[in-house]
Amino acid sequence: MWQFFHKLGSPKWFYGIAARLMPWLLVLGLLCLGAGLVWGLAFAPKDYLQGNSYRIIFIHVPSAFLAQSVYIMMASAAVVTLVWRMKLADVFVKAAAPVGLVLTFISLFTGAVWGKPTWGTWWIWDARLTSMLILLFLYGGVIALDRAINDEKSAARAVAILVLVGVVNIPIIKYSVDWWNTLHQPATFKLTEKPSMPAEMWVPLLLSVIGLYLVFGWLACLRMQTEILIREHRTRWVQDLFHVDGVVK
Amino acid sequence: MAFDSFGAFLVMEGHGPYVWASYGVFFVLMAVLMVGSYRRRTAVLKSCRQRAGSRSSRAPKPDSGTASAAAASFTRVDVSQD
Amino acid sequence: MTIKPLDQAVGSIEAMKAVFARDMKVAFRQRQDLLNPLLFFMMVVTLFPLGVSPEISFLQEAGAGILWVAALLSVLLSLDHLFRHDFDDGTLEQLVLQPQPLFLLVLAKTMAHWVLTGLPLVLLTPVLGVMVHLDGNSIAILCLTLLIGTPVLSLIGAIGAALTLGLRSAGVLLSLLIIPLYIPVLIFGTGTVAAAAEGAPVGAYLALLGAFLVLALTLAPFASAAALKVSLSNS
Repeated sequence: MWQFFHKLGSPKWFYGIAARLMPWLLVLGLLCLGAGLVWGLAFAPKDYLQGNSYRIIFIHVPSAFLAQSVYIMMASAAVVTLVWRMKLADVFVKAAAPVGLVLTFISLFTGAVWGKPTWGTWWIWDARLTSMLILLFLYGGVIALDRAINDEKSAARAVAILVLVGVVNIPIIKYSVDWWNTLHQPATFKLTEKPSMPAEMWVPLLLSVIGLYLVFGWLACLRMQTEILIREHRTRWVQDLFHVDGVVK
Repeated sequence: MAFDSFGAFLVMEGHGPYVWASYGVFFVLMAVLMVGSYRRRTAVLKSCRQRAGSRSSRAPKPDSGTASAAAASFTRVDVSQD
Repeated sequence: MTIKPLDQAVGSIEAMKAVFARDMKVAFRQRQDLLNPLLFFMMVVTLFPLGVSPEISFLQEAGAGILWVAALLSVLLSLDHLFRHDFDDGTLEQLVLQPQPLFLLVLAKTMAHWVLTGLPLVLLTPVLGVMVHLDGNSIAILCLTLLIGTPVLSLIGAIGAALTLGLRSAGVLLSLLIIPLYIPVLIFGTGTVAAAAEGAPVGAYLALLGAFLVLALTLAPFASAAALKVSLSNS
């Protein structure tokens, strides 16, 4: 058991595992995502309230979901960095943060665009969008701090602290923004509030979520591999990647 | 099919621009992210390969520029925030 | 500070008092620095009637929010010299090396910072409150929320200051990191005043702000201490 954890800390081991996982993640991910989106776009029935614009949900919900999940994953990795000093953990944080940022942005953009036909306005300061906006700032801060510190080890620990401070704040922020929103909310109906979604709607949604998760997995593996290569380019095992029978491949 | 024709599919009863803008942004950004990350890894692998090549060969390298070029490719882009 | 023999080790509380007293002393030697946040506070508040509207109705509605945002920005601006001067002259390293727990010493420094920055802001608030045409009750509640809220701002801000110590463009980076964390305090601070203006009871909101304060008091110094150690090892 401990051996597994010990291995988990080895960049070389991860590099190999990632190489094997990645094709599966990509193919399955694109398949699920594609199926979900095509189904949702072309085959799911029109919503009785919102018409066709609700189809944005198949992009908005997966990206919003992932944007938040990725931050939680980063927070777990941050704990591992600070407590166990495992190198891979901070490689993950570094690799995942820009992806989280892009996903948050997509979620905000699609949320805003969805708002136009639904509420008649491009932006609305509702609880969900505002919380997402703050999450965007949190991601931006993590990336900015990481770039500002030159020393790898210090950057890893500083970013880990920041991510943890952020994650403690996320429920507080959500609660605050929710409360703030009830103070100022004009009577509009919420974004995805429906009594229950028929199967023709939630199945493609689920597929899209799963698909995006898998694609994120691929992206994370890919970016982590890149970071590992950069950090370990002087080591034997990296150089051995290119040697076949003593000759450079 | 929820739509009668491909034309209707594109227009989506007036909601077309919104839906397609959203999907478009999603695809473009994800594609940029995925392709960009993949190309970065390829570039890093190439630099590593060059380094491994220049190390394994015993003969003195005429252009030591290779090693320094490889090293240069690892430098992080310092984003100046001043 | 007299040097005590090793068998009379300095207790943590004593050390905190010493750090607090020292920071106050050092700050009073450069009194101009104390004035700057206050001037900034006043100037930012002034910008709103000038930039938006001096109408009494607007100022009454927006006044609490304007003052809160201005106070927030003033605290943010002043965080720079929480650690920087000590970092520059090596005192901070000595502080980190002390046998007393670092988080307590950081807490003492942060409290000194609040007394020097946040507290004067709270004391200036009634004057500015009158300038934005807030009524007496609103001003009182506003001062109370600031009194509870500004220490939270100092405590959370200390984390950011510790993380960005010695970095290039630390000021902007600090703001980027800390402002999202300030948002809940802002929301509840101003929300309390809004509730009071409507005549609703504010006990619950104040209790919640108090909860923020307790949370910040207990958790933030640890994060700041950890961040300080990272920053010092980096320099």
